[in-house]
Amino acid sequence: MPAVSKGDGMRGLAVFISDIRNCKSKEAEIKRINKELANIRSKFKGDKALDGYSKKKYVCKLLFIFLLGHDIDFGHMEAVNLLSSNKYTEKQIGYLFISVLVNSNSELIRLINNAIKNDLSSRNPTFMCLALHCIANVGSREMAEAFASEIPRILVAGDTMDSVKQSAALCLLRLYKTSPDLVLMGEWTSRVVHLLNDQHMGVVTAAISLITCLSQKNPDEFKTCVSLAVSRLSRIVSSASTDLQDYTYYFVPAPWLSCKLLRLLQCYPPPEDGAVKGRLVECLETILNKAQEPPKSKKVQHSNAKNAILFEAIALIIHYDSEPNLLVRACNQLGQFLQHRETNLRYLALESMCTLASSEFSHEAVKTHIETVINALKTERDVSVRQRAADLLYAMCDRSNAKQIVAEMLSYLETADYSIREEMVLKVAILAEKYAVDYSWYVDTILNLIRIAGDYVSEEVWYRVIQIVINRDDVQGYAAKTVFEALQAPACHENMVKVGGYILGEFGNLIAGDPRSSPLVQFNLLHSKFHLCSVPTRALLLSAYIKFINLFPETKATIQEVLRCDSQIRNSDVELQQRAVEYLKLSSIASTDVLATVLEEMPPFPERESSILAKLKKKKGPGAVSVTEMEDGKREGGELNGGGDRGPDASAMAASNASTPSPSADLLGIRPAAPVSAAPASVGSLLVDVFSEAGPAASSAAVNDEGFLSSAPPSEDPAPPLSEADELLNKFVCKNNGVLFENQLLQIGIKSEYRQNLGRMYLFYGNKTSVQFASFTTTVSYPGELQSQLNVQSKPVEPLVEGGAQIQQVLNIECLTDFSEAPLLNIKFRYGGALQNLTLKLPVTINKFFQPTEMASQDFFQRWKQLSQPQQEAQKIFKANNSMDTEVLKAKLLGLGMALLDNVDPNPENYVCAGVIQTKGQQVGCLLRLEPNAQAQMYRLTLRCSKDSVSRRLCELLAEQF
Amino acid sequence: MIKAILIFNNHGKPRLSKFYEHYNEDTEQQIIRETFHLVSKRDENVCNFLEGGMLIGGSDYKLIYRHYATLYFVFCVDSSESELGILDLIQVFVETLDKCFENVCELDLIFHVDKVHNILAEMVMGGMVLETNMNEIITQVDAQNKMEKAEAGIAGAPARAVSAVKNMNLPEMPRNINIGDISIKVPNLPSFK
Repeated sequence: MPAVSKGDGMRGLAVFISDIRNCKSKEAEIKRINKELANIRSKFKGDKALDGYSKKKYVCKLLFIFLLGHDIDFGHMEAVNLLSSNKYTEKQIGYLFISVLVNSNSELIRLINNAIKNDLSSRNPTFMCLALHCIANVGSREMAEAFASEIPRILVAGDTMDSVKQSAALCLLRLYKTSPDLVLMGEWTSRVVHLLNDQHMGVVTAAISLITCLSQKNPDEFKTCVSLAVSRLSRIVSSASTDLQDYTYYFVPAPWLSCKLLRLLQCYPPPEDGAVKGRLVECLETILNKAQEPPKSKKVQHSNAKNAILFEAIALIIHYDSEPNLLVRACNQLGQFLQHRETNLRYLALESMCTLASSEFSHEAVKTHIETVINALKTERDVSVRQRAADLLYAMCDRSNAKQIVAEMLSYLETADYSIREEMVLKVAILAEKYAVDYSWYVDTILNLIRIAGDYVSEEVWYRVIQIVINRDDVQGYAAKTVFEALQAPACHENMVKVGGYILGEFGNLIAGDPRSSPLVQFNLLHSKFHLCSVPTRALLLSAYIKFINLFPETKATIQEVLRCDSQIRNSDVELQQRAVEYLKLSSIASTDVLATVLEEMPPFPERESSILAKLKKKKGPGAVSVTEMEDGKREGGELNGGGDRGPDASAMAASNASTPSPSADLLGIRPAAPVSAAPASVGSLLVDVFSEAGPAASSAAVNDEGFLSSAPPSEDPAPPLSEADELLNKFVCKNNGVLFENQLLQIGIKSEYRQNLGRMYLFYGNKTSVQFASFTTTVSYPGELQSQLNVQSKPVEPLVEGGAQIQQVLNIECLTDFSEAPLLNIKFRYGGALQNLTLKLPVTINKFFQPTEMASQDFFQRWKQLSQPQQEAQKIFKANNSMDTEVLKAKLLGLGMALLDNVDPNPENYVCAGVIQTKGQQVGCLLRLEPNAQAQMYRLTLRCSKDSVSRRLCELLAEQF
Repeated sequence: MIKAILIFNNHGKPRLSKFYEHYNEDTEQQIIRETFHLVSKRDENVCNFLEGGMLIGGSDYKLIYRHYATLYFVFCVDSSESELGILDLIQVFVETLDKCFENVCELDLIFHVDKVHNILAEMVMGGMVLETNMNEIITQVDAQNKMEKAEAGIAGAPARAVSAVKNMNLPEMPRNINIGDISIKVPNLPSFK
């Protein structure tokens, strides 16, 4: 019997829908809908109480109207009223309306919550399920507040029906996702984990989603789920295809649950318990074996379900990355799928292989499939699959096959789908740079890239090729020759003109000896493209021309004529006009020596993270480029470029043009650059963006600028500490030297050294303006009880600080006893008559007085146990704010002043340190343990000190550092 | 997590939309259009997965779809779901609809949108899978229908009689409901074991 018989449909609804479907025009449809809306509105407003059937009919009509994309702005109240009905039909339609039409911000939530509360306590399983569904659908904070404590109770209660348990599990998951702080698992944890053993597979199915999510957030508390999941999985995998009855899907036992169990295990490292691990390996082997068995059915559903489990098993094997035997089997299996006739399997195999390629055990095995993958890139009909093939080629590329892969990707680019071209271009550019052994190949590749897909070559890509050509003098001649040849093409891309203009302007002299590329020929070639180019490119070409005058005096007359013609010198674009005027003047007034100095060859660019890699990361999200890859990029990039520290815009030309504010962003830096404003953050936003990290000092300066200048109070009292003073202080916990503060007027640098309980700090006050500071005074003060804990002596400074000058002040510091506050430094001066008043925290923290203490593992644990009183310990669990890189962490811990002890903690991932704080009165021994959890991006920090206030303060200070 | 479940026909007319994350009405409609645009231009015989449109989160999300006769069933999911698993889930959904409506066709979805929502609610809740066993789902749906019938039997009968009479007297009541091309059946769904 069908569950819905067709006869009992609602006639009024059918008529309405047919009317809509017969409407000949959009207008007619809207008219009909408005008529119906008016009708329903009047029915709802009418005095006569509507019966359940009519209410249901009207709500269905509203749902249909909503599905067509029309706003429904009434009926909510009626729906809420339906919730309190005793009849299932009415209640159910009310909940349906709310789940489709009410969002989490609605004002009705409170009323809805009341109805839900009644239904949850009704003990009628159908009503309870409806209510739980509603919570899961709306999932607002208000609902979490009302029900977060109630639902775990329903979930684990012994007398709850299975269907209600299922709903409760997913409902709780939804609340946990919206308001994790309100869902406290605590006492329920173990009972929730044990739902994995539930008799009813549906309950396990629902519960596992909840457990997976909770495990990702609190791996330690849910650790016990690993062994339960393994035994459940093993029971399913080894069961005959009929054992699980209804949960057998096309002869495959419980495929969905198996996938979810394998996913849950991917939240954890391989099980430590040998027996559990053995059982799991057995499961994985069984799954791999089953893939080789003949299918039990020819239906696609059968192979789908079987392969769903297989792919999850492979994902787990790759995640563990510790069983070479399984990894190789997984790789072979994926290799088979690469040639499977099912497109879905080819797609998934390419995707899984991408992750496999990064494992050192299987990288080589993956590489053996290169021909198949290249073939997929060429012949697959489906763009989704081709894109996966391109991703895999990128992942399997190394020095041995880079030339082949880059060539294939370039030839694919000619016909690639528009949607993926930009990403392909970035990938080709990165591979070409990363694995370049000879630079002529690199230059060829990038120029080909511009030729084939010029529109998709972003600025980063061509900036990068120029950086590399400038830094490698062995490739400059070749580059000049190649761009010259490329520019011969009758139609070449504007990006090619930019690269050509820049490289010929710098290195045209290297090929000028050949009469076929004499200076005049070069110039004419560039100038023949001039008229077809956009304003920024033209501006770049004008700069190339002035460089030509320097390189080849014989072209001077020709070029001056070009600059002098009206279309340049009177160009309506201010930028072009100004360049033409200035360059013309420069070429006619300056002597050859001056010209040669101004237009000197570009200095090498600094080594830095490849701008292209940064762009790819931004495009694909942080997860897309693995950490090793980024490090590789840095290392390889380093090989490629020399040292130095300037962006490509800060050219030798900058000075002559510094006064010209310009919107264009070419390589010749016409922006008001560093020399004038001196604030690094003012270098055009574009380039800050492109060329990665501005230093910490620069960024804090940018923050401080306005705040300080506008909010400086006119009074003579010391200003309150800057809002960011704590942040600045935190920067110096692990280091002793650096820029403490910077704004538009003033820069304060610090150097400090400490021995025992004494310290000396040198403060450097730099006047960044050209005007002198008058009445310059500094005072150190001690907030709270610090007066008795710390002693700071300073000599007064000179009251006048000339423009551009720097003065120095020495502070002698003595630590009397342990302290928590930082001393304040107040600075006052007059700048152009206005009083500037600013207060900072001096970066003197208790850890500065550490003496490192080396000790062996045994001693460490003995002392650790000795410091076992609860108040001696301070602990904090916090999210990682910075990269969890080992070297960075070590550097920070060493900077802290304690001794970093190796081979003490049984877990090599953890760090332990020991040190003694020296104060005048006493010595305080301190032990530290830092446990990183890379998976959760969290740390647990534990400190034990012989003095409890020290534990607390160190814990506070350090929690901000990682 | 499943972010959205969309059903639309070959012309892009939405037949069911269920979002498990909140969007405003306009965005929902745009997402449906964008998804239709992405899915409908794909040939038969290509794979059933593609990256989501920009509106729904781009490459962090996958669209997993199946095309049955006149209808597209599209699930938008994040990377925590197994692609093949979701394909199976779509199949279970369609087979369940087929059982509940006896040879389901597009018209059934149009005229019984509330039923379709109820059936879906037995499978997916708040974006997570609640139940994959078709018999279990059908049992729940049957139980609901029984309750509905029971209630209609006691209280609903007079009201229904009245509205039936009213409908008969409506002068503009069309004699034939034009159903055009939409009555194409879902072909040969294998009977479920």
